[in-house]
Amino acid sequence: MEHMPGLYSAAMRMTRNAADAEDLVQETYLRAYRAFATFTEGTNLRAWLYRILTNTYINSYRAAKRRPQIADVEDVEDLYLYRRIGPGDGSAGRSAEDEALDSFTDDEVKAAIESLPDAFRIAVLLADVEGFSYKEIAEITDVPIGTVMSRIHRGRRALQKALHDFVESRGLVGTGRAAE
Amino acid sequence: MGSTGDGISDMGCGVDCDQAVRQLYDYLDGELTDERRHEIAEHLDYCSPCSGAAEFEAELRHVIADRCRDRVPDSLLQRVADCIEAERNGEAPAARRGVGAPPS
Repeated sequence: MEHMPGLYSAAMRMTRNAADAEDLVQETYLRAYRAFATFTEGTNLRAWLYRILTNTYINSYRAAKRRPQIADVEDVEDLYLYRRIGPGDGSAGRSAEDEALDSFTDDEVKAAIESLPDAFRIAVLLADVEGFSYKEIAEITDVPIGTVMSRIHRGRRALQKALHDFVESRGLVGTGRAAE
Repeated sequence: MGSTGDGISDMGCGVDCDQAVRQLYDYLDGELTDERRHEIAEHLDYCSPCSGAAEFEAELRHVIADRCRDRVPDSLLQRVADCIEAERNGEAPAARRGVGAPPS
């Protein structure tokens, strides 16, 4: 069960709570066990498991609660966070933006991801946390690659906005160039 | 707004800041053609605002991946092992009865 840490972490971000995440992972393994005959040797087992996880989440858990929708998310510009917390003066050494990045806690980053609508959250999770390629994500989520790219890009911008909200709430904002 | 993406010309290599910023994610994701990747890399070599932004985005991605790891509860490992074992023995777990394939 070498893939369980990744699957469990992804399940936590999807369901947003430990009890549902555990059920989701158990269901994923059970379905994978039952469907193993349909898995083609030599193809990507890890992507196949994430496909089962994602489908199980979408079919069994997503409908349960009111979720943020894509239309609820304000689209922001590229480099949203960088333009606000960086850059320093460009001199060598430890810069302000590195310190700002280091200052994000596990809870903040998790909460920022969990604030995204499903379509963005799943795409960003699979790309940035799990490291899947656009093509793999298209196969895992059953959407065209162009849609995957757009979800990853918009999802990342929305994630940067959510992270910046944490910076702002800590009162550390105001040194960036965009804070004019 | 800052200087990144605000008009450094392409200096003859085919990529200006706007284009570099727009394709930065595809570049960092390794999803560009070799030719395009080379052009963006060349732009980042001479444009320090864009290369600063690229480093920041790459570092941010490390931070995101690093902060999103949850420890698997021991009880879950046991639950999944038990569940598969029951399935193998043809005993569908109570919560899932009726859902799966018939026992072999």
